[in-house]
Amino acid sequence: MEEDSLNRPCGALVIGGSAGSLQVLFQLLPILKPALTFPVILVLHRRNSADSTLSEVLSSKNQNPVKEVEDKDPVLPGNVYLAPADYHLLVERDFTFSLDYSEKVNFSRPSIDVTFESVAEVYGRLAVALLLSGANEDGTKGFLSVKSSGGRTIVQDPETAQMPFMPHHAITHSSVDYILNITQMADLINRL
Amino acid sequence: MEDEDIDLLLTDLFDLYGYDFTNYSRASLKRRIVRLCSIDKFPSFAELRYKVRTDEAYLKRFVEEITVNVTEMFRDPSFYKSLREDILPVLGTKPFIRVWHAGCSTGEEVYSLAILLKEANLLRKSLLYATDLNPTVLEKVRKGIFPLNQMKQYSESYIASGGVNDFSTYYTANYGQAKFDQSLAEKIIISTHNLVSDGSFNEFDLILCRNVLIYFDKDLQDRVLKLFDASLGSLGYLALGTKETLKFSVVQHNFKQLNREKIWKKIV
Ligand SMILES: C[S@@+](CC[C@H](N)C(=O)[O-])C[C@H]1O[C@@H](n2cnc3c(N)ncnc32)[C@H](O)[C@@H]1O
Repeated sequence: MEEDSLNRPCGALVIGGSAGSLQVLFQLLPILKPALTFPVILVLHRRNSADSTLSEVLSSKNQNPVKEVEDKDPVLPGNVYLAPADYHLLVERDFTFSLDYSEKVNFSRPSIDVTFESVAEVYGRLAVALLLSGANEDGTKGFLSVKSSGGRTIVQDPETAQMPFMPHHAITHSSVDYILNITQMADLINRL
Repeated sequence: MEDEDIDLLLTDLFDLYGYDFTNYSRASLKRRIVRLCSIDKFPSFAELRYKVRTDEAYLKRFVEEITVNVTEMFRDPSFYKSLREDILPVLGTKPFIRVWHAGCSTGEEVYSLAILLKEANLLRKSLLYATDLNPTVLEKVRKGIFPLNQMKQYSESYIASGGVNDFSTYYTANYGQAKFDQSLAEKIIISTHNLVSDGSFNEFDLILCRNVLIYFDKDLQDRVLKLFDASLGSLGYLALGTKETLKFSVVQHNFKQLNREKIWKKIV
C-alpha cells in the first residue's frame, strides 16, 4: 500500500464485474455517500440487451444517479455510468465517453480490460480501478495498465466473492493495492 | 505510443493519400492502431509509420483494420420491428422508395432491410444504396454471401423482429456459406462513399447510419448529420445505432424522435 494512497484525489473510479458482481453492487452502491467528487464507471458482463432495465434497477436506493452511457456523453463527477450492453466503453481526453463496437476481448463486449486501459490512459495516477466477482480473466491486463500509469487497484476479497476466479486471477497476475470486503470497499471509496 | 505519434501518422495519411481520420474518436482510433502494430508485429511505431508511408498495398490493409467492420443481420430486433411496423407502412404510400445505408460494412444490415421490404411487398419499388469508405467490405455486399454458422442466430433475431417465414428460404447453403437471394441483391446499389469528404448524392426517404458515428468526434458527427439532413426528403427518416444520438448536433431541431428506437422523422 502506498503512503499517499488516500491523500491523492480520485479522478475516476472504474468498477469491473462479471458473474456474481451484481449482488455486490446492490449492496455497495446504496452505502456510497451522495455527491461523490468523481465519476463512477461500471463495466459489467451481461447478457445482450435482455436486461435493458439494469440501470434502473441499480438506481434504486442509490444516492448517486445511474445512467447508461450514450455515445459522447460527458463524464461528470457524482454520476454512476453503466457501460451499455454489446459496446466497449472508452474515455476521451476531453472527458467524454466513446463507444466502440469492435471485436470482443476476453470473449466479452464490453470488456473490463478495454475500459480499465482507457481510464488509465486518461486519468493516470488519479485512476482507481475495482474488480469484483467473476469467472473470467478480464480485468487483469487492465490492472497492469492502471498500475503502470500510477493508479490504484482494488479487488473484492476472493473469499467473499461468489466467483473468486476473476479477483484471484488479478491478484496472482498483476499488482493489487487493496483486497477488501464490501464494507471495507464502501469505507475506502467514501474517503477517496 | 504517444498522442503525437498518432498525429504524425494521421498527417501522413492525409497528405499522401487524402484519407482524413483527424476527427475520429481518438481513444478507439489509438486502440486500433496499437492493435494493428501488435498483430502485424511492428517492432516500433516508426516502422509502422514507414510502412504506411511507402507501401500503398499496406495502406489498404491499414484502413481496413483501423476502421471497425463488425456487423450482424437483424442486430437489435426491436429496431427492425419498428421499421417493419412504423416506418415501412408510411414509406409504402410513396411511388418509389430510396434508402441509403451509410457505413454499411459487409452488408448484413442492407440484406436485412431488403428482406423487410420484400415481406412488405415494397422491394420492387425500392432501391437500397449501400456505401462505405472501404472497398473490400463492399465486395462482400455485392456477393451477398455470409458465414453459414451465423444463420441460427440471425434467424432468431429475424423472428424476434417480427419475421414469420422460414429464414432459410432467403439463402442457399453451400460449403459453409449462405448465399442470399439474387432478388434481394438486384435492388442494392453499391458505391464507395467517404462520409468525411464526399457530399450528398441523392435524396432519400430513409437513411440508416448505425454504429458509424461512434467512431467520430462531435464536430465530425455534426458535419455528417448535416449531410444526412441535406440528403433527406421532407418527412424522411433517419436511423442511428442504439447508443447514438442527435442531441449534440444543431440538426436536432429539424427532427422528431419517433419512439424508443433511434429513429427520427424530419419535420422541416
Ligand atoms: C461497425 S460498422 C457498422 C456496420 C452496420 N451499420 C452496423 O451497425 O452493424 C462501421 C462501418 O463504418 C465504416 N466507416 C468508417 N468511417 C467511414 C467514413 N468516413 N465513411 C464511410 N464509412 C465509414 C467502416 O468502414 C465500417 O464498415
